Amino acid sequence: MRGRGFQIYAICYLIFLYAPIALLPIFAFNNSTVISFPLSGFTTQWFSQLWTDTSLLLAVKHSLIVAVSVSILATCFGVFAARATTRYAFPMKQGLMGMIMLPLVLPDIIIAVSLLVVLMQMGASLSILTVILGHTLIATPFTIAILNSAFQSLDKSLEEAAIDLGETPASTFRLIILPLVMPGIISSLLIAFSISLDEYIIAAFLSGTEATLPVYIFAQFRFPNKVPVIMALGTILVCLSIALLTIAEYFRRRGIAKAGGKDTGGFL
Amino acid sequence: MTSSPAPAARLARPLIELREVEKYYGDYYALRKITTDIREGEFFSLLGPSGCGKTTLLRCIAGFEDISGGHLAIDGKDMEDVPANKRPTNMVFQSYAIFPHLTVEENVGFGLRRDPSSKEDKARRVAEALEMVGLKGFGKRAAHALSGGQRQRVALARALILKPRVLLLDEPLSALDKKMREQMQSELRKLQRQVGITFILVTHDQEEALIMSDRIAVMFEGEIAQLDSPERLYRRPISRKVAEFIGIMNFLPAQVLSTGPQIALDVAGLGQIGIDAEQCPGTPRTGEASVGFRPETMTVLYDGDPEPTRGKVAQGTVEEVVYFGDMSYYEVRLEGVEKPVQISMRNVVGRPVLPRGSRTRIAWEAGALVLFCEPKG
Amino acid sequence: MKRRSFLRSEAGHGLLMLSPTALYATIVMAAPLVAVFVFSFMTPGYLKVVWTFTLNNYAKVFSSPIYTALLGRSLMTSGVVTAVTVLTAFPIAYFISFYVSPARKSLWLFLITIPFWTSYLIRVFLWKVILGYNGVINSAFLGLGIIHEPMTFLLYNMNSVVITLAHSYAPFAILPIFVALEKIDRSLLEAGQDLGESRFMTFIRVTLPLAMSGVVASVLIVFIPTAGDYVTPTLVGGANGQMIANVIQLQYFKLGDYPMGSAVSITAMAVVTAMALVFVFLNRRFLRGPK
Repeated sequence: MRGRGFQIYAICYLIFLYAPIALLPIFAFNNSTVISFPLSGFTTQWFSQLWTDTSLLLAVKHSLIVAVSVSILATCFGVFAARATTRYAFPMKQGLMGMIMLPLVLPDIIIAVSLLVVLMQMGASLSILTVILGHTLIATPFTIAILNSAFQSLDKSLEEAAIDLGETPASTFRLIILPLVMPGIISSLLIAFSISLDEYIIAAFLSGTEATLPVYIFAQFRFPNKVPVIMALGTILVCLSIALLTIAEYFRRRGIAKAGGKDTGGFL
Repeated sequence: MTSSPAPAARLARPLIELREVEKYYGDYYALRKITTDIREGEFFSLLGPSGCGKTTLLRCIAGFEDISGGHLAIDGKDMEDVPANKRPTNMVFQSYAIFPHLTVEENVGFGLRRDPSSKEDKARRVAEALEMVGLKGFGKRAAHALSGGQRQRVALARALILKPRVLLLDEPLSALDKKMREQMQSELRKLQRQVGITFILVTHDQEEALIMSDRIAVMFEGEIAQLDSPERLYRRPISRKVAEFIGIMNFLPAQVLSTGPQIALDVAGLGQIGIDAEQCPGTPRTGEASVGFRPETMTVLYDGDPEPTRGKVAQGTVEEVVYFGDMSYYEVRLEGVEKPVQISMRNVVGRPVLPRGSRTRIAWEAGALVLFCEPKG
Repeated sequence: MKRRSFLRSEAGHGLLMLSPTALYATIVMAAPLVAVFVFSFMTPGYLKVVWTFTLNNYAKVFSSPIYTALLGRSLMTSGVVTAVTVLTAFPIAYFISFYVSPARKSLWLFLITIPFWTSYLIRVFLWKVILGYNGVINSAFLGLGIIHEPMTFLLYNMNSVVITLAHSYAPFAILPIFVALEKIDRSLLEAGQDLGESRFMTFIRVTLPLAMSGVVASVLIVFIPTAGDYVTPTLVGGANGQMIANVIQLQYFKLGDYPMGSAVSITAMAVVTAMALVFVFLNRRFLRGPK
């Protein structure tokens, strides 16, 4: 078969990509505080320890508040931007979109310090609110990328048809556009949620005393005996992420199919 | 809508009045001072090559584009501040714009949402509209499961159910295959007579426009070059450009010797002749001009054929002949003319196709000629 | 002639629609970046800024060996990461675009993006676990008797930073190349072979030049953020794997020297941007033409 070499290479590459994640559950259930082979027995104690750690539970609560707020805010900003770029031609479009998409390539630490400096200068106190500010900024380009493809597969004449049949622009948005892009909106919400849930640097700089989950995890890395617990936590997070992404991907594809478009690939 | 007036009265009244309508984007003019009337109940076509402004004009009437200058009135009411959703027009889109998330029924009934009538009444009207376009029993189908022709019918039903004063059709048949297109052409024509609504059709297909329309506006570069019935448009095109766009026309260089009720001409290959002033759709001028005729207005004569009683005869050589079954297409070089002229002949039993290189006589009738006095270039 | 107000025009609608997002990016990103730029010219004071103009911060950045060495190492690491990531990613993108059946392409892309979305911190930490002195590789190799004492060159140096970053940024490198490859009209390749070129030479003369726009995008999207990465050097870099982000963090958090931190940030951004622009300029002939 042609491309056999490529296929073997691709499988090796997937192994490289998945190897670290595959180790997570192995050591999460391993009955030893040392992370090394050979394994020493099965245990679920690391998982049960998670539920007793109050600072962890607090961090989870902070992270959830941040992630939910960010997913809603970033998706709203994404809807505005995606609608504007796919539907209208206007001056400075490229420049403005370039600025909005800039966080995709800007190192997070630069965003974190610049926001920190300004907030400190204004005398604002750091909390999960300031984390929400930063996370919304970095999640928005991703939501735009997803929503763009949802809005792009909308035929402009569908809107015109609705207007032509007597609907106002507002009711057209509700009756035609919203139902057709809804799958994109859902997948955008989920993606923004997982980006925020996972983000460390901005959270570390801007959370003050209200640590989010990644900030908590990073702090635990200093304690070697905490490693198995982190493994257990990581296993849960990975499962959660995969579930969220699968749902997001499902909705993204359904959205494209619903609007009669053609699937052109992944999230980015 | 209100009950329609008697047909005679309806034909007389302009339904849409366009007065110096302009549309420009920056310094690009899509429409230049278009002034015309579209009558109540007529099948009106906008015909032209792509980029001529025909779709822009349609979208201006629908209200999807604001006009940059001039006035547009429908039913005597100025449309300047009337948005698309408040205009008595409905549109069949080129892509049909069938809402993919709704069923056929929901698509057809979409415009009835704001109608105060009862649910049963609406359902009945949807069923009637579907029956009218030949989609009885398709109501519960998902829109994305329809074929091209069916989508077209849904789009029609959806627009007609609102009983608009004007139905706008934006190249509605261009996405269909040839057979389906021909079928829909005759169905659309019948439907228009049946409902009596004014149809405005945008098309780049001259044959389609000729078949379907009461009147055709031929557009070039944002202007209406000629507005006429299909027959006049074909027989008396106003310019060489219109003539070339509609069907095939042969041109011969000519000299206008004198003007008046009778125009005296010297036509290359045909000799000195006189034609009626009516045969010059523009303004006759003496000097250089050209004369046009359609391929079917000339006859290739066989040896032994008698001279025609009314027409005249010219000499020529068959350069090329293409056999089409029912028809034969000849390219004949007339004496003294460089470019061969095209002549189409109906094939008749007992008269074989003339071979290439045959010397032949061409019978023609002065009444079939059209004189173009426009300056060259 | 009728004049429509700007807000009713198409351009007005578009700008109005974009304005919430654009305004947010301006306030939360652009304005703070400008602030950082201004700060970098101010005089340091602990946890605050003295509003006197100075070029001292930049003088320090360029004169003290720590900053230049760390900046150099950041760029070096980032360059190696970019090269490794893009070179290993190209065959994957090529495989998915040319050998995977259209129905399965989405699945492959999904498989490749999943690891990217799973906890970044934990992924980096796992590399520490894999590469460490008592890590997975060492313990496995020791157990199998392949080596007799743990390998120490795996962790806490540039190697580990490169491996970890290459792993993190793999999907970023694959997707733009894939998109560029997908856009190539397959009949061009047949034309190449029809005109007498071998499959390999067709690849070199037709496929590669057409895919370069994707390669350039991949390079930029990997190079720029990795140059400023903080988590990876902190967790797996050790003393010799520290990068410029660590200094920035140090200046702001440990030393409270905002102007100095700003000067380092601005310098790093300027250098990275300059390098990116030079790279784009060198590849300009691949980026022209119809999109």
